[in-house]
Amino acid sequence: MTNLIRLHNFDGGIHPAENKAQSTATPIQQASLPAELVLPLHQHIGAAAKPLVKAGDQVLKGQLIAAADGFVSVPLHAPTSGTVAAVEPRAVPHASGLQEDCIVIIPDGAERWTEHQSLYQQLGLEHLSDISPRQLTEHIRQCGIAGMGGAGFPTAVKLSTGQREIHTLILNGAECEPYITADDMLMRERAAEVIQGAQILLHIVGAKGCMIGVEDNKPQAIAALNSALVELGEEHHIDVVTIPTKYPSGGEKQLIKILTGEEVPAGGIPANLGLVCQNVGTAAAIYRAVAFGEPLISRITTLTGDAMQQPGNWEVLIGTPVSHLLQLAGYQPQQRERVIMGGPMMGFALPGLDLPITKTSNCLLAPTEKELPPNDIAMACIRCGMCADACPADLLPQQLYWFSKSQEFDKAEQHNIFDCIECGACSYVCPSHIPLVQYYRYAKGAIREERAAQAKAERARQRFEERLARQEREVAEKEAKRKARAEAAAKAQAAKPAVAADSAAASNSAAATNTADGNAELEKLQKQFDAAQSALAKTKEKLEAARADESMADKVPLFESALNKTQDKIKDLAKQLAAAKKAAKAAPAAATTDTDKGDPNSPERLKRKWETAQARLDTALKRLAEAKEQGLDTVDALQTGVDKQQERVNEAKAAYDASVADGAAAGATVGGSAAPQATGAQTADNNAADQAANIEALNKKILAQQDRVAKMQERLDMAKAEGLDTVDALTLGVQKQQDKLLQLQQELAALAPAGTTSNEAS
Amino acid sequence: MGLLTLSSPHTHGPNSTSKVMATVILATLPGLAVITALFGWGTFINVLLASATAVASEAAILSIRKRPLAFFLKDNTALLTGVLIGLALPPFAPFWITLVATAFAIVFAKQLYGGMGNNPFNPAMVGYALVLVSFPVQMTTSWALSTQMSGQATLGFADTLQVIFAGSASLADGFSGATPLDAYKHLIAKGTADSVLAEATFNGWLNGGWEWVNLAFLAGGLVLIWRRIISWHIPLAMLVSLSLCSLMLGWDEDMYTPLSLHLLSGATMLGAFFIATDPVSASTTPRGKLIYGAGIGILLYVIRTWGAYPDAVAFAVLLMNFAAPFIDAYTQPRTYGHAKAKRGLPPKQR
Repeated sequence: MTNLIRLHNFDGGIHPAENKAQSTATPIQQASLPAELVLPLHQHIGAAAKPLVKAGDQVLKGQLIAAADGFVSVPLHAPTSGTVAAVEPRAVPHASGLQEDCIVIIPDGAERWTEHQSLYQQLGLEHLSDISPRQLTEHIRQCGIAGMGGAGFPTAVKLSTGQREIHTLILNGAECEPYITADDMLMRERAAEVIQGAQILLHIVGAKGCMIGVEDNKPQAIAALNSALVELGEEHHIDVVTIPTKYPSGGEKQLIKILTGEEVPAGGIPANLGLVCQNVGTAAAIYRAVAFGEPLISRITTLTGDAMQQPGNWEVLIGTPVSHLLQLAGYQPQQRERVIMGGPMMGFALPGLDLPITKTSNCLLAPTEKELPPNDIAMACIRCGMCADACPADLLPQQLYWFSKSQEFDKAEQHNIFDCIECGACSYVCPSHIPLVQYYRYAKGAIREERAAQAKAERARQRFEERLARQEREVAEKEAKRKARAEAAAKAQAAKPAVAADSAAASNSAAATNTADGNAELEKLQKQFDAAQSALAKTKEKLEAARADESMADKVPLFESALNKTQDKIKDLAKQLAAAKKAAKAAPAAATTDTDKGDPNSPERLKRKWETAQARLDTALKRLAEAKEQGLDTVDALQTGVDKQQERVNEAKAAYDASVADGAAAGATVGGSAAPQATGAQTADNNAADQAANIEALNKKILAQQDRVAKMQERLDMAKAEGLDTVDALTLGVQKQQDKLLQLQQELAALAPAGTTSNEAS
Repeated sequence: MGLLTLSSPHTHGPNSTSKVMATVILATLPGLAVITALFGWGTFINVLLASATAVASEAAILSIRKRPLAFFLKDNTALLTGVLIGLALPPFAPFWITLVATAFAIVFAKQLYGGMGNNPFNPAMVGYALVLVSFPVQMTTSWALSTQMSGQATLGFADTLQVIFAGSASLADGFSGATPLDAYKHLIAKGTADSVLAEATFNGWLNGGWEWVNLAFLAGGLVLIWRRIISWHIPLAMLVSLSLCSLMLGWDEDMYTPLSLHLLSGATMLGAFFIATDPVSASTTPRGKLIYGAGIGILLYVIRTWGAYPDAVAFAVLLMNFAAPFIDAYTQPRTYGHAKAKRGLPPKQR
């Protein structure tokens, strides 16, 4: 097809000396096997491949030796058969000079291929149109193909255009950089592979047509491509477009502008315009992968420069050391050696010659000093603006230079420094020989560092704020829990039965809280009593005096009434004093028993009960003994009293023993001793166990009490029948016992409100 | 191994500052030749004197600043400043005027700002403006008359030397006078355009030989544009705006200087192609250059017509030098891939 395509132009550009004739005099030669192949795991954009082999493994040519790590990654294949010497860090060709993990293979010279077949055979299909784009893309991915124009972007990722509609495929055969002729020779000698690759790519992306952009300084390549198109025979939609020679028209963005007139949006990709751009070398590699199943294991590299005796193009295995290739081309080390990987505009000077060729190494340039003199000393910028005239991205390199130099990075960003493609056209034309591109690289790096630091600070701030919020939350939760617990405890307290218990508790608590007050009260009453006593004495005197003295006879009744009043007062005060003394005495006891709260049937309380019961029994026995000595009538009553008290003592003891035993049983869960426990620290388990024990004890008590009531009733009846004096005492006694029984029953009800097993008989 | 590990790019074009400056100096030579032919040796002597003074002052300052002399002097910028001042000054100006103008330009307007590339104002015009304002008498009466204007041959070389260095101003009596621009402005106040133009100075629309000088400078300027030393933006904008102002505001020849006189008299062409295009002090963006040039044209017309000075290239250029950074900030070109150009300064952060 003829070039009926309208060409556009991009602003700027330069015309450096081409220097391509040196390396196009000879056809592509095969490079010999080196002694060692070093294969970096990271020869592409994206994640490094993961090695699948280890030292000592035997590998075949084309065997998969490293798998892709994730979607944006490319697998690696052995370029020849041999032994894996190691998987270790080695120096890789990168401007930083750092080391990266590599697989080192010692070739065995046999070049034995692994099993490989074309995709057609694999799928059992004949026509390209039958294979789905997804299958093709997957196959390309498995064959480890990355962009071979210099960037190394995973081809399978680029071809996974997703939802975007692609209408045109562009193949980049411009090769605008001086000295490099790898693509030129590929197009001259293997044009058919390039065309077939274009067909495959057209099918994958579903584009309507393909444009192969070739600079007009490559007439043989254009002719070869055109004749390959003619030989294709079938209808095709591929155009070989001749574009004017200008650097950097081989840049993806610039080529797109030339061929379509459209600009790739800033921060976007060509797919946004419905375009996919691939290098011609990548297209040829895709063809070989699909048609023969060959993974990407070799590439064409230009070896040129005046320091090489035999410049030319070689097909080299990936991983071949640079030193091996330099030998092939007859490299003569200069006084100030410089070997550049890439072209003179965008290539980087190698820090050593042991570095390997990677999938993106398209040229090795070894210039003499005369050929490419090292940069002159830079002078001051004269603000001539020639750099802006040359810039293919329509930037203001001069302003970017000033801002980078003065580190005003916000202004540099505003002048779109990140749109710079670092082509070097500006620094090529600068009259003051200022190394502009290096300033931009520095500024870009500094801006990226700043952004990373800001992001880190932002994350730290977020974490700090979240931590503060979390702490506040925890404090609030604790507060809420504490309140809930307090409320629950208050409720539990309020729900306790028996007025006696309540009043006892109330009086106990009141006494407990008023212990101190009680003492004060006592003193006050005592004072009042003494005062009243002295007042009484005085009044008596006055009365005697008044009686003795007849002149004050009419005052005698007054004095007498006053005397009576004072006597009454004294009686009252005496009563109050006695009560207060009693309360004061009871308060400490109650206080101590109050702290012993939680469980009225705790072993401690029971023990005390038993002891008091025992004490009463002793006093009762004493009284009985006295009564017996004196032969009083009260002997029988006292005897019954003693019996009762004995029973009580036995009961108390039994209860105490039971509680101790239960406590021991419950204490096993707490791992505690049978010793009196601090009631305040009992766990719910303990409470439950104790409660059960209490209920049992109460039941026993109730039974005993019921017996007692029955017995007493019998005696009462007997006494009534016999008309004894003890009837009244016995009636009182029966009443008391019945009250006690009621009390016990109420206690039980409180402890077991659901109505547990109750042996409640009346 | 000791490999040279310089960063890309590894090659450079043939351009250099000294070459650029040398080309500019060469482009002034046609104009210089025409001036010498028509107006005598004054300008030629002034150019040599100014160049020598410029290089000497620059060397003096560089040695005070402890800079290597050869490296900095070889960029020819001082030489160019001297040449431009020599061309701008009146031919019969005493030597000390040339000295003062050039020394001031180099020392104060260039080196004290940091040397080449750091001066915000055009050094040659700073020197010229200084002497114009400080020594108005000498600056206005030292202009030479061409043969056409005076009716006799120009002053000899030796006599011119004496006038310049020995101060024998009387020798130049019959040979010096006002420039056509100046003359027209004063004469038109009294007579009509026709009567003025009939005078010997003008001889029709020609202005006493000044038109050839300007045409020679125009030729030199076009060469510079062709060699891509300067861009066409500033000269074109300046001349167009000057023409428009003259046509729109001063179309009446009886009241105002005609267009032909504006364009082809005085330092118009020298200013348009050699002075206004001084890259260091001018605007740098393409659109900015147009605005900058237009501004110079407008100011030039205003000062010439209503100002006290007959020729105002120096003031117009200096005034627009003030505005150049601001113009640059607001005339950024649209970068590839962006929808619109960014204007102004970036927003302040923090």
